[in-house]
Amino acid sequence: MRQPILATALLAATVLSAGVTTPLAAQDLPTLRIGLADDADALDPTMARSFVGRIVFAGLCDKLVDLDSNLKIIPQLAQSFEWTDSKTLVFKLRPGVKFHDGTDLDAAAVKYTMERHLTMQGSGRRAEISALDHVEIVDPLTVKMVLKAPSAPFLAALTDRAGMIISPKAAEAAGKDFSQKPVCAGPFKFVERVAQDHITLDRFDGYWNAGAIKLGRIIYRTVTDPSVRLANLQAGALDMAERIGPTDVDAVKKNAKLKLAVYDGLGYQGITFNTNHGERAKTPIGQSALVRQAFSLAIDRTALVQVVYAGMFTPSAQAVSSASPFYAADVPAPARDVAAARKLLAEAGVKLPVVVELTVTNTADQQQTGEVIQSMAAEAGFEVKVRTMEFAASLDADDRGDFSAHLIGWSGRADADGNLYVFVKSGGPQNVGGYSNKDVDGWLDEARIVQDVAARKALYGKVAAQEVKDLPLMYLYINKWITGMSTKIEGYTPVADGMIRPQGITLAK
Amino acid sequence: MRGHLGIRILQVIPTLLLVSIYVFCLQQLMPGDPALVLAGEERDPTVLAQIRAELWLDRPLVIQYFHWIGNVLTGDFGFSWRIRQPVAMLIGQKLPVTLQLGTMAFIIAVSIGVPMGIISAVNKNGFLDYLANGIGLAGLSTPNFWLGIMLILLISVQLGWLPPSGYVPLSEDWRQSLATTIMPAFVLGNAIAAVLMRHTRSAMLTALEQDYVRTARAKGLTEWVVVLRHALRNALVPVVTLGALELGTLLSGAVLTEQVFSVPGFGKLIVDAVFNRDYPVVQGVVLVTATVYVSLNLIADVLYVLINPRLRGA
Repeated sequence: MRQPILATALLAATVLSAGVTTPLAAQDLPTLRIGLADDADALDPTMARSFVGRIVFAGLCDKLVDLDSNLKIIPQLAQSFEWTDSKTLVFKLRPGVKFHDGTDLDAAAVKYTMERHLTMQGSGRRAEISALDHVEIVDPLTVKMVLKAPSAPFLAALTDRAGMIISPKAAEAAGKDFSQKPVCAGPFKFVERVAQDHITLDRFDGYWNAGAIKLGRIIYRTVTDPSVRLANLQAGALDMAERIGPTDVDAVKKNAKLKLAVYDGLGYQGITFNTNHGERAKTPIGQSALVRQAFSLAIDRTALVQVVYAGMFTPSAQAVSSASPFYAADVPAPARDVAAARKLLAEAGVKLPVVVELTVTNTADQQQTGEVIQSMAAEAGFEVKVRTMEFAASLDADDRGDFSAHLIGWSGRADADGNLYVFVKSGGPQNVGGYSNKDVDGWLDEARIVQDVAARKALYGKVAAQEVKDLPLMYLYINKWITGMSTKIEGYTPVADGMIRPQGITLAK
Repeated sequence: MRGHLGIRILQVIPTLLLVSIYVFCLQQLMPGDPALVLAGEERDPTVLAQIRAELWLDRPLVIQYFHWIGNVLTGDFGFSWRIRQPVAMLIGQKLPVTLQLGTMAFIIAVSIGVPMGIISAVNKNGFLDYLANGIGLAGLSTPNFWLGIMLILLISVQLGWLPPSGYVPLSEDWRQSLATTIMPAFVLGNAIAAVLMRHTRSAMLTALEQDYVRTARAKGLTEWVVVLRHALRNALVPVVTLGALELGTLLSGAVLTEQVFSVPGFGKLIVDAVFNRDYPVVQGVVLVTATVYVSLNLIADVLYVLINPRLRGA
């Protein structure tokens, strides 16, 4: 008779006695518990790449500049900023700002951080700030960033991780272990992290804007299942939960103890067509813009959003969200028109039914979206074959050109450039379909040089209008952020980037 | 005895070495490029090249393997590519969680499954037998995922008795720790209880028909003494073997249950690592799980020899 049970119990007892402990909160201010839909990746602004990581950074690391609720760029660690010419950006830093380790945030720290972003192996910031040539220290509180070429979107990149300044002293001491004990100049300092479980931050008393912080501690808990995240909110185990499922919105509305913040995001969901990337591009839908236009007309975006997302998202036909100042109001989401779609297919002279292989990710909502598209397109003469793939494998297939049409989204950037340039510019790193249009390339390049918002908006409007004709990407809808929270929370300011900024948030006991 | 033990310990080395090669090769078969996943939304070719260089992904597989296994032999499991924490630290955080959850689930399973199997066998074809069978069947056919969500909605959301999810270490607050783990442990234990019940029942039915049981009854012993002391002891042999196997499975992590209750154990760690193509974490966890399995087997073998003197000469 085998008896491994006793051995296991002994082993269990030994290991259990060495658990992880959490320090107690020092203040009487309330603790805010936020439920995140994923586990954050590295807590180092240079290395980080995940969306939920950015939510944690909103508590941990302040940035040179921030976004207000109208997506206007406003000062944060920088007191002011100015383009002295099209390639030179000068920041005046806020005096007296301290890092969590007590050292001063000055021009040298800004220079150090930007150079780390550019040169550190595995940096996730390099591409975002590739326009940067070098940083000059003018005086301890003035820093000058000199670009290689004019770049209007450069400043917007600094409203995110690229603009987060870290303590050079802590970074030098920690080396590549910095992410295990990040030291920034945000309202909260790092306490502990248990991967896949929680990240705890404590109020930083030396914060430059301490008056705006009414919380003693924030615990970010990873709860990946949307139903369980909602259940935690309902049971009072969380005070706030990001990305409530669209179909759960009613349950939150009916609960007297909970409320919602629902607002347009910056990201979109769409279908990328392979028009010019290897053999798989040689399909009727890859080769003919008319066929793609027919496909677009065959889809009822409003009904799709209604069926899959309880009508919570906004149907769209462009990459830029209506929340953005660069939104092209004259490029609306087309209404479904099956007769027109059939006419276009006849004009294109293709054999019916037109077979389209649509790659979708293996999540419930994406598969359902694929099925809805399949049945809608069938009425116009398409035979959609849904190919379900795991996300990582689908990215790989995209890169190799092993796809015909791919249902995939983008989390969105504050500047329109971030939603367009890398995807539709000829040779762009994420232009996996191989689209190329000289006019579009010209407008995208020009919009990087021009600083004036109205002029840039006109250029992005031209891109949107051309994209509707060529359809390298067929946009379906703009995501909405649906944040659920206890009615005890006040002062939360929704911003289209989906971050949870702790400034101003109060939690009644 | 010493010779036997020595041979068994020596056998562990090639086993673990094979496991390490197996897991290393197997994940190369997974579609998807780790660098692409890691780069997230920053898919710039220079960034991808940098990531590949940093993680040795641009070197031949054989070199990558020896680099990894060489470090493992010196106790360095590498660091997670995604969250940049040492793999050994992650395992150190998750192993106690999984051990606690697995042990609790196992205790629940045994304390429900074995008595139910006995009652069912003793009352063969009676009402209690049908009832126990019905409960067992329900336990087997209820998906853990569904049962978990239902329990959360009922016990946490409606009644507010237990926290809906999360985990508190035993060393920090044992009451909170039990409160956060009792529901997932029940969900896991419930399914195993059903299996144990079915096996206990059939083993007991066989045992109750044996000659020695008839002899015991003939001696005039009470029915409960016959059942518990004579029949059960013998019937337990296959049940204990099965129980040990189930315990081993519990210790390699319970993916769905951990997901529903947001328990940060081995299952969640390895599944997230697979989806994120975080190879060092996958390799580290599989290697540790395999080591635990092999060690438990080794201990069992040693105990086996100690218990059964007839094997000592072998």
